[in-house]
Amino acid sequence: MATPSLELETGSGAITASGEPGKAGGWRGWVIPVAALFAWWFVSRHVVAGHGMMTSPAQVLHTAIDQARSGALWRALSASLARELTGFTLGASLGLVLGALLGVSPFANRLIGPSFNAFKQVSLFAWIPLISVWFGLGDVAKVVFLSLAALVPVVAHTSDGIRAVSPALLDVARVFHYSELQTVRYVVLPAALPSIFTGIYLALIYSWLATLGAEYLLVAGSGIGNTLVDGSEQFRMDLVVFGVIVIGVTGWALNAFARAIQQRWFRDPSA
Amino acid sequence: MATVSVTQTSDLTLHHVTKRFAGDDHSVPVLDRIDLSVKSGEFVAIVGASGCGKSTLLRLVAGLDDQFDGDIEFSGERVRTTDLARGIVFQDHRLFPWLNVEQNIAVALKNSGRSKEENRRAVAEHIALVGLKGYEKHHPHQLSGGMAQRVAIARGLVNRPKLLLLDEPFGALDALTRSRLQNELRRIWEHERITMILVTHDVDEAVFLADRVVVMQARPGRIGKIVKVDLERPRSRSDAAFVRLRDEILADFSVPQDTAAAA
Repeated sequence: MATPSLELETGSGAITASGEPGKAGGWRGWVIPVAALFAWWFVSRHVVAGHGMMTSPAQVLHTAIDQARSGALWRALSASLARELTGFTLGASLGLVLGALLGVSPFANRLIGPSFNAFKQVSLFAWIPLISVWFGLGDVAKVVFLSLAALVPVVAHTSDGIRAVSPALLDVARVFHYSELQTVRYVVLPAALPSIFTGIYLALIYSWLATLGAEYLLVAGSGIGNTLVDGSEQFRMDLVVFGVIVIGVTGWALNAFARAIQQRWFRDPSA
Repeated sequence: MATVSVTQTSDLTLHHVTKRFAGDDHSVPVLDRIDLSVKSGEFVAIVGASGCGKSTLLRLVAGLDDQFDGDIEFSGERVRTTDLARGIVFQDHRLFPWLNVEQNIAVALKNSGRSKEENRRAVAEHIALVGLKGYEKHHPHQLSGGMAQRVAIARGLVNRPKLLLLDEPFGALDALTRSRLQNELRRIWEHERITMILVTHDVDEAVFLADRVVVMQARPGRIGKIVKVDLERPRSRSDAAFVRLRDEILADFSVPQDTAAAA
């Protein structure tokens, strides 16, 4: 998923030219969405006009404006995001601690590792019944679910990143008489940081994806997923499509944000 | 331990150093009763075909490996672990990719016990010593192989170790860069007069740089012979005496020539 980049060496540093689509000349990426939009408009207008199951772009736009103006959109979106960020923060923090422990201590890895690997294989959604019994259907239950979604990738990438630190670099630390603490702080952590960040990046994405599932299955409360579900129950396809678009755009925005941070701080320079 | 001035003796003695791989009691040892003395300020090269244990020997002297029989003594003390007085440069530069040149050299100074100002000066001195002035803020991926290896050498020297071990430091570089760096190393050694032990498979390099060339044999790893190189520096590779010494050493790599196989 990393964008290709060229690095030219000069006497004073590297220039990076990114071939990222969306910049000048990236218009090709827009061809399919625009064509799809056009096809949708055409079909809804001339082929299945008036059918209850179909909604038109115009109608969705109308609904969107309505939702935005009435404040319903912001209420729903902010509720979803708040829960997502809470779950993400909890899960990622816990994940960092657990992942670091598994990475640094072979003993902990032997003790906890197998259990965690088994746990990791269980589909997230299988936990919903247990969660709903213990925490109900409201916000708490959703946050628990989202924390789980965030926890797994962070633990996996953190522990893997730490254990994958090159023994060649560890040799260097030994040559310069680094204590265990110094080795962890000055060699292991910086070397593992790209992997750790990948885990956090994934946690952000997964917890957003899980948000819809959480709102769908733990129905009490409000959120953008609930908007979508309500729309579907009321046969308001325009609301459904609107919900899907908002969820997609928010997911895209989160992804872009995380990737921007990755490009800026964690671009992997070693060729 | 903090670094010390190079004028103190830094004699290295290896006595009956033997190494077997763990659990390998019946097979041939990697190193078999190696006896070697290196005087303070000397430049010794160790050559030998692959598998003769020369890199293993270097790791033992560096203190990176303590599983061996026999004694290694440096400056009158037994060697069992690493020490800032014994530096090492590896074949791969092993620079930290997330640090720039300055910071990479400073990695060596974390436990030096000196002030920040002293450290900064030492780093600047050594960047100049290896001819990388102007590249302080570069990252390893922005450097050529030769430049990166020069940073590694600076890092190995910045603590003013009494002994510098070099494990095929130029093996991964192209011939031109290798030749340049060999000259640089000679210049640095003449300037610093640190005891140096260079492991190389390049006999020319050994004769060019060293006072003595130790020729090792494989299976088991042992010292075959030691050749004294009494030529004035800087040495010319086309000099008759140089060529004679080189051939003498090469003759020891008795590889039976298969006349049917082309070169």
